[in-house]
Amino acid sequence: MGGAGTTGALVLGFYLPLRGRAQGSSLGAPLRVFKPNAWLRITADNQITVLVEKPELGQGSRTYTPMMIAEELEADWSTIRVEQAPTIPAVYKGLRTGGSGGVVNTFNAMRRAGAQAREMFLAAAAQQWNAKKRDCRAQNGAILHGPTNRRLSYGELVDAASKLPPIDPDDLALKQPRDFRFIGNSIPRTDAPGKVDGTASFGIDVRVPGMLFGVIARCPYFGGALESFDSTAAKAVRGVHAVFAVPPLPRHINTAGGVAVVADSTWAATEGRKALALKWDKRRHAGESTDSLRKLIVERAAGQPTFIAIDHGDATEALAGSAKKMEACYESPFQAHATMEPMNTTVHVRNNEIEVWSPTQFADEVQAEIAALSGLPPDKVTVHMTLSGGSFGRRYQWDYAAEAWQVAREIKEPVQLVWTREDDIQHDFYRPYNYQRLSAGFDERGNLNSWSTRIVTTPISASNLYTGTTESPETLRDPATVAALEWYGADIAPYVIPNFRLDYAPADSVAPRSWWRSVSSSYTPFAKECFIDELAHACGRDPLEFRLDLLSDKSAEAARLRTVLELAAKHAGWGKPLPKGRGQGIACRAGESCSAQVAEVSVEDNGTVRVHRVVSAVDCGIAVNPDGVRAMTEGAINFALTAVLSGEITLKDGAVEQSNFHDYQVLRIDQAPEIEVHIVPSTGDPGGVGELGAMLVPPAVASAVFAATGVRVRRLPIDPQLLKRSKS
Amino acid sequence: MAHVNFSVNGKQFSAELDPAMPLLWALRDVLNLTGTKFGCGMGLCGACTVHLDGEAVRSCQTAVGSVGNKKVTTIEGLSPDRSHPVQRAWIAEQVPQCGYCQPGQIMQAAALLHQNPHPTIEQINQAMTGNICRCATYQRIRRAIQRAAGENA
Repeated sequence: MGGAGTTGALVLGFYLPLRGRAQGSSLGAPLRVFKPNAWLRITADNQITVLVEKPELGQGSRTYTPMMIAEELEADWSTIRVEQAPTIPAVYKGLRTGGSGGVVNTFNAMRRAGAQAREMFLAAAAQQWNAKKRDCRAQNGAILHGPTNRRLSYGELVDAASKLPPIDPDDLALKQPRDFRFIGNSIPRTDAPGKVDGTASFGIDVRVPGMLFGVIARCPYFGGALESFDSTAAKAVRGVHAVFAVPPLPRHINTAGGVAVVADSTWAATEGRKALALKWDKRRHAGESTDSLRKLIVERAAGQPTFIAIDHGDATEALAGSAKKMEACYESPFQAHATMEPMNTTVHVRNNEIEVWSPTQFADEVQAEIAALSGLPPDKVTVHMTLSGGSFGRRYQWDYAAEAWQVAREIKEPVQLVWTREDDIQHDFYRPYNYQRLSAGFDERGNLNSWSTRIVTTPISASNLYTGTTESPETLRDPATVAALEWYGADIAPYVIPNFRLDYAPADSVAPRSWWRSVSSSYTPFAKECFIDELAHACGRDPLEFRLDLLSDKSAEAARLRTVLELAAKHAGWGKPLPKGRGQGIACRAGESCSAQVAEVSVEDNGTVRVHRVVSAVDCGIAVNPDGVRAMTEGAINFALTAVLSGEITLKDGAVEQSNFHDYQVLRIDQAPEIEVHIVPSTGDPGGVGELGAMLVPPAVASAVFAATGVRVRRLPIDPQLLKRSKS
Repeated sequence: MAHVNFSVNGKQFSAELDPAMPLLWALRDVLNLTGTKFGCGMGLCGACTVHLDGEAVRSCQTAVGSVGNKKVTTIEGLSPDRSHPVQRAWIAEQVPQCGYCQPGQIMQAAALLHQNPHPTIEQINQAMTGNICRCATYQRIRRAIQRAAGENA
């Protein structure tokens, strides 16, 4: 597969009509193209172009998509190239990705797309040979006729296949896992070559003739507004073209509004921004700080819930009557996404049409929203979805694309709106602040018979782009809909505990919130699995054995969980002697994809936690690209370590206090542990893995810290002072 | 504004520029060499790493007017065909995920191996600690540098 060529072609593909790519024809005439469906173009020179509708954020969509298609198409992998599908939502229903759903949501459709093309080639060849279709078979990019040993390549069949009526892909039988040639094998990433030579083009790399660069000075106080500004000095900065106010957007998204500076380079724009004299009106939210928010949250943890999510047996009564009761509270603060590529979007507003280049994970929403804002029909808003330099949930918001449109509509040239790192850290949509109060009771015989969990968060749904309107946290009452985003992962099943109650109370905050890699599962397993560890120790039990006993159920889910627990424990050497000062912690998670993790840590004299090793066992159904599963798991583990060791966004005066990587400290290579990922062999339907690895790091590390020091960590990021005291 | 001359990837450039403009923005916005990335603007993340006479520097902290006669090499000029041992090792170990920070990582790693052809894990960690990867491909970065070092027999 072409490397730089692939990426280069991707960019060209945005600009050139189809015939522009027909370079294989010696006569200069366009090559014949067979388009069996929206995802495939096959040319007479045996080139197969796969149009990938899922965004490529680093998770591997430009590799797993062609793998799934090639599997059924029986393609020759070396003939495949990849292009981003155009943003035409009527044709492509999956121009977005989230919830680790990239493989899960396309596994059948993409295989069917490949099967449809294969069947049409089979029919075309059989027709050409006047042979029976059942005597023909597809293999490595060609149709073979067994009885006569004849062969026609897909390229040779392009013409004939194009003339056939389409075959319904839903009628086709798909291959059995034992026959897979691509799925289940580690295929190198198609986008890797362009990502090592600088040719991979991200949103911020878009270069359009005549373009300008813009930045916005945003109101730093959430909910505040621009009072006045003086642009005299900014306009005097060499290279600055325009300075103007940008209002906060009226629609259901949090854009701060402020003053835009447009210039002939990003540098000139930021220099112009520095020269602005700005006055902000803090308005009603100026009083909010992390301390005031925390006070509110702790109050809510003791007050009335707005809904009960799960209620089995009678946990309240069982707890009251228990022989031994334990309680603990767990807390994790706001987190930023801090993608390496800061937010940006390039927009060219022309007469009655708009062209947009955006690193987004939600291209159809960008199109719909800019259409709504501009009043143009969506088909007049062309959206090119570029590579994204990381996302972790951030690019599900379209605020930065809408802002870019706001700036570009004032300018006749195309404008690239660039966020600086300070903009990114201070105007993110943060992982909700959360606080969980857990209680458990044992009966006289020492059996764990009751458990209750109260979750308090600053809910995402209060700033939810799906609802169309801004929902008040106070009205968040239906645990099955958007509210599930706040508590999912806190269910104790498949642990068997007869009385269980899970309820919820919201706390309002001025800070915008959103999905952050693994959403509520970034904090619910922290509380649940750490509490299990506390209960095990309170009973003098080994935390692994304690879990296995709670998983004695005959359910398939309990069995999967036992398997991953035992696999992770075996590879981590659970229960074996460790070097002095080290401790291990274990945690597990059930769901479509199951996982268990063992972390091994030590604590330095100054209280710094060193994570030496994380062993992860993953049961994600069939691993479409096992090396991709390993890469996602490694990355997710490291991502979560930031939130465990150092990352925290705090508020003062209704504004974020952090601004760049010196005060929002993310994991660096010298803190990165050894990681082992063990995949459970499976032929089951694939489950998601993009977020899975992040969920168990907080409880595994916190429990390992307890094993090493005897100190319970119940708030993240871990405060070294807490552990320093234990050392002295 | 001043007339600034500088050499990038073996080619001589001259432009009317504010000499205080960081080399990063001269490369990206003036020369359209977009392989060098903007990450933080404060020398904290390493995404903008280029070579100045073979040494790794943060181009966001290097004024274009200070480059003088030193030769600038960017990711586009590291090799004509992705054949640099570090680039080959990066592919062999399947390092990139989103890939945004990787040009900076690769330039930093190439400078490290030029200076120290057989670094220990500690030396790799120390040399690479200024380069952030949010996809956190750190384990593979370490393996790739060791692999490339293995070719320095």
